[in-house]
Amino acid sequence: MKRSSESGMSVIVRTVTCVAAIPVIIFGLYVIMHGHLTPGGGFAGGAIIATMTALFIVAEGGDAADRLGRGMLLTAESAGLVLFALLAFLGLRTTFFYNFLANSGSIFGTQVPFGPNPGYLETAGVIPLMNLVVGLEVFAALSLVVIFMFSYRREEQ
Amino acid sequence: MIRVKILTLVLLFAFLVACAVQTHPFGKPDQTFMDDYFIQNGQAETGSNNIVSSVVFDYRGFDTLGEASILFAAAMGVFLVLRRVEK
Repeated sequence: MKRSSESGMSVIVRTVTCVAAIPVIIFGLYVIMHGHLTPGGGFAGGAIIATMTALFIVAEGGDAADRLGRGMLLTAESAGLVLFALLAFLGLRTTFFYNFLANSGSIFGTQVPFGPNPGYLETAGVIPLMNLVVGLEVFAALSLVVIFMFSYRREEQ
Repeated sequence: MIRVKILTLVLLFAFLVACAVQTHPFGKPDQTFMDDYFIQNGQAETGSNNIVSSVVFDYRGFDTLGEASILFAAAMGVFLVLRRVEK
């Protein structure tokens, strides 16, 4: 990949972006994974991680938008939506969107005591899985929107 | 003409004051059947501490499916409009 003369912002900004990427992505994953315990969830966490894409493009300049893998993001976006619908269809034995994993004793199937409690990660059935796939889809969709808009603006100039 | 304007303003202000006085008290809904049901049974039925999350992804999951589809359609629309066209 060649680097043109348009190579983004200064070294300071690019270094700070790389340093900030790790805590921001970890925070986004935390918000996604604790969606059934704390405020947040797939939509909020995916948007937090997609923020990193926008910051990366702004810091690295126009070429970065072309270097990011669009095919992978398109696949992730489609896979997120399909897996979400699949999880909904898996509960079809009772109803559409039935939480078939909750209180079943298997993965994410631990019973939760009534009332305030410390919050247990392995509860809530399909809700954490749905949060995960929705987070994947939101991250990929918002990143794609940012990438497409940025590369379109570059071609106009 | 100015009298009509002032009268209109006074009437509107009186209407707004009447509305503000008669507003429903905050935090005291009339119908609480659904709220009570979610609060009492949400944890037992879905195992989720976050009642909002259990409503969004379990009780009203169909709505979230539409929401995710709309996001997908929005990204596809941006892709269709702003893609590179070979000349």
